[in-house]
Amino acid sequence: MRTFLTGVLLAAALLAPATAVVAQNGPLRIEITDGVIEPLPYAVPSFIADTASASELSTQIARVIASDLSGTGLFREIPASAHISKVTDFDAQVQYADWKAVNAQALITGAVSVNGNRLTVRFRGYDVFADKELDGGGLQFTGTTDGWRRMAHKVADTIYSRITGEGGYFDSRVVYVSENGPKNDRRKRLAIMDYDGANVQFLTNSASIVLAPRFSPTGDRVLYTSYESGFPQIHVMDIGKVQRRVLSTDDGIMSFAPRFSPDGRTVVFSQSQGGNTDLFTMDINSGKLTRLTSAPSIETAPSFSPDGSQIVFESDRSGSQQLYVMAVTGGEARRISHGKGRYGTPVWSPRGDLLAFTKQNKGRFHIGVMRTDGSEERLLTASFLDEGPTWSPNGRVIMFTRETQGANGRSLLYSVDISGRNLKPVRTPDGGSDPAWSPLQN
Amino acid sequence: MSGLTKVILITSALGLAACDNVTGGNSGGTSLNGGGAGSVADETSPAYFNQEIGDRVLFVVDQSSLTTQAQGILLAQSNWLLANTDYTVTIEGHADEQGTREYNLALGARRANSAQEYLVSRGIASNRIKVVSYGKERPLEICSDESCYSQNRRAVTILTGGLTG
Repeated sequence: MRTFLTGVLLAAALLAPATAVVAQNGPLRIEITDGVIEPLPYAVPSFIADTASASELSTQIARVIASDLSGTGLFREIPASAHISKVTDFDAQVQYADWKAVNAQALITGAVSVNGNRLTVRFRGYDVFADKELDGGGLQFTGTTDGWRRMAHKVADTIYSRITGEGGYFDSRVVYVSENGPKNDRRKRLAIMDYDGANVQFLTNSASIVLAPRFSPTGDRVLYTSYESGFPQIHVMDIGKVQRRVLSTDDGIMSFAPRFSPDGRTVVFSQSQGGNTDLFTMDINSGKLTRLTSAPSIETAPSFSPDGSQIVFESDRSGSQQLYVMAVTGGEARRISHGKGRYGTPVWSPRGDLLAFTKQNKGRFHIGVMRTDGSEERLLTASFLDEGPTWSPNGRVIMFTRETQGANGRSLLYSVDISGRNLKPVRTPDGGSDPAWSPLQN
Repeated sequence: MSGLTKVILITSALGLAACDNVTGGNSGGTSLNGGGAGSVADETSPAYFNQEIGDRVLFVVDQSSLTTQAQGILLAQSNWLLANTDYTVTIEGHADEQGTREYNLALGARRANSAQEYLVSRGIASNRIKVVSYGKERPLEICSDESCYSQNRRAVTILTGGLTG
C-alpha cells in the first residue's frame, strides 16, 4: 500500500462519504467523484532538448503541461527545486527511488526536437510507486513549432486521461465576447483563444454589439448574435476564413440565442415578433424555418441534447423563468426545474447526463448543475451575477460569465469544476463574457 | 526504443486574420436619444418631443405592462406623431442588469412592443414604428441598485426620418 493512498483514504473517511479515491492496488488512478480530493503529486521536469534549437521549447512545453494538470485542481506539482534526479536521457531507466523520495506519484518525462519549423515531442508517463510506465507507453507528437502549445496540451490530455480514465480538455479553444469600456459604453467584439487564455485573436471589431457565440460540433464555425443591421440577427462565421453571413434576413425581426444541433445541420434559436419570443429551428443550408413553440410566454436559451433528440430551454409560461425539455420537433414540454427562484440558460453536458444552468434566487446568481430530469440540483457558485455556463469537452468543468457589482462592474470569465471545486478566473486581455467551449481539437 | 507506439500529426494552429469589414460605432442605436434637434420652444421639433413630452417610459421589475404615467407619456407621443407625420420612430426596449442575457432581450422586446401597441391604438400607423430590444446591453445608469435599475427598465422612442433626415 502506498503511503499516499493511505493518506487519501484516511482523509476520505474523515471528511466526506463520497470522495475522490485512488485505486488501492491497480494502476495509478484518480477516480473523480464529488467531494474533497487530495491533489495527486507529480513531477514534470523540463523536457530534454534533442536539438540545440529546442532548448527553449523543451522548458516551455513542460511548463504548459504543468499548468494544465495543476490547473485542474486534481494534480499538484512537485517543484523542480525539490527534484533529486535530473532527467538527461529520455530512454534511460528512471530513478524511481529519487522520485519516491520527493513523493512524486506520477512523473512525466519528454524530449523535444526542432528541425526547421517541424517540432517533435516524445514523452512518457510513469507510475513512480509502481516502478513502471503508465499504461499506454510512450507517445510522439509531430507538428509545427507555432503549434507548440497545442502539443503540450495534447501531452497533458494524454496524461490526464491515463490517470483519471476520462477524456481530456486541454487541447480546446474558447470563443467569447471581449469587453472594453464602462458599463454605459461597453464595447464588445468576438474573440477566440485557447482554453487557458493563450493565443487570443479577435474575430470582429467592436462596431456592433455581439452576443453569445456558439461553436459548431466540429469547432470550425461559430454562431453568434450581432446588431450589425441595427437589429439582433444571427450570424454564422467560418473561423478558419473569418467569413461570415447572416442566417436570417427578415428585416426588423429579432433573432438571438442560437445553437447548433449535434450534427451541425440545424440551428435552434429564438425569434421575437410582436413582443413575443418563441423557439424555431432553421436548416442551415436551405434556410427552412420550423416553429417549435407558439405561446405568449418567453421561450429562449435553447440547447440540444447530445443525441439531437431533445431541446432544453427556458420559459416563463409558469409565471417565472423555468427550465423545460421537449422533443426536437416541438410539441409538449416537460418542466424540469422546481426549486426556489428562477432558472435560465440551460446547457446540456457533452456526456448527456447533466444540465448546467443559471439560477437567480434572493438577489444572487448561481451556476448549477442538475440531472436532465431536474433531480439532484447542485449550485456550484454564488455571486452578484454569474450566468451563461458552457461545458468543457469532457463534461468536467464549466466556464461562465461573472459580472461584478457597481458602477465600475466588470465582466470576467471564470471556470469551476462540476463538483464546485477549483473556482478560478480565466485570464483574458480585457473583460470577457458569454464563453463557449469548443470540442476537443483533432 | 520501447513504447513510442503512435505518431500523431498536429496541424498548425488556425491562421486567423482580423475581420475588418465592419464599420461604424458600437453604440448600437442612440440610447440617449440626445436632446434632439431644434428648439424646445418649437413644438414641432425633436427637442420638444424628447424633452417636453418625454422620449421614454419606465417599467416595473420584470414587467412590460404600461404604468399610468407611461400611458400619459405615450399618449402625448402619439398626439405629437399624429401632428408631425414626417417622422417615423424606432422604439428601443431595455432591461436592467438583474437577469440573464437572453431573457432580458425577450423582456426588452415585450416592453418595446407594449409601447408600440399603445401608439398604434392611438392611431399611429404600424409601418411608422420599428421595435428593437437591447436587453441589458445598453444601461443608461451604471450603479447596481434600484435607483439605477429603475431608469434602465425603459422603452425609448427614437425619432427617425423627418427633419433630421
